[in-house]
Amino acid sequence: MKLKVFVTLKPGVLDPQGRAIHHALGSLGFDGVQDVRQGKLIELEVADDTDDATIDGMCRKLLANTVIENYRVERA
Amino acid sequence: MKTAVIVFPGSNCDRDLAVALEQATGRKPAMVWHKEAELPEGTDFVGIPGGFSYGDYLRSGAMAARSPVMRAVKDAAERGVPVIGICNGFQVLTEAGLLPGALMRNAGLSFVCREVPLRVENSQSLFTSAYDASEEILFPVAHHDGNYQADDATLDRLESEGRVAFRYLDQVNGSARNIAGILNDAGNVLGLMPHPERAFEPAHGGTDGRRLFEGLLETVAA
Repeated sequence: MKLKVFVTLKPGVLDPQGRAIHHALGSLGFDGVQDVRQGKLIELEVADDTDDATIDGMCRKLLANTVIENYRVERA
Repeated sequence: MKTAVIVFPGSNCDRDLAVALEQATGRKPAMVWHKEAELPEGTDFVGIPGGFSYGDYLRSGAMAARSPVMRAVKDAAERGVPVIGICNGFQVLTEAGLLPGALMRNAGLSFVCREVPLRVENSQSLFTSAYDASEEILFPVAHHDGNYQADDATLDRLESEGRVAFRYLDQVNGSARNIAGILNDAGNVLGLMPHPERAFEPAHGGTDGRRLFEGLLETVAA
């Protein structure tokens, strides 16, 4: 089974990289961008019988730092 | 005093820290590789050095925090052994849950490498007793991810419990409340982004860091 884990900064956490991207888009002439937040996508290949609790554990213990980040899992 | 310096792949201030500890204690620290499951018997001080452990993969300090040796460091910290994490070491300590909050990309996005003025906010701790209250000192910084962030409740608690050990006098990296270094609940774990071991002898351009190690030696020996 393929998993996609999307790790994003929590709302309200300052995202300097997102802000720099926003600025760069503006300087390329792309006006009207309201906001940019940068995150990361981690793709996993796991055994088909991997249960939700295990997947959640992987996210909480390593893939995301839950002090500053949220995560969302998509099963392919 | 028996000291240990933890070495991860990508640590690069381990030697600086070892030299400072040897000069302060008169005894070479044990250099402990990240794959070790235990610290040397009788270790009474642990240093986690700066660098780019595991190439900063995933997040700065994230991989190092899950390495076998960190379990031993956690156990030691829980027994009250003093632990200092400098720069990448601070990032490792937050990732390992030994200190609250997180260190994010510098607000200005640039790597910051210069001497910065700091204020000693708590001069009563294990690590800072050789400094005067509110003393202003100079330590070098060299980091890309030094922007300390935590939620307001955590920041308020750190402030009210005297756990902000050092504060930047100027804006350096966007850190919440200009926090440069914090202590854990019990006061035996210190994490800081600036490098006291690089302000140890006159040839470094300053010696303000020396007292951190010497003060620690006195309090631990006492």
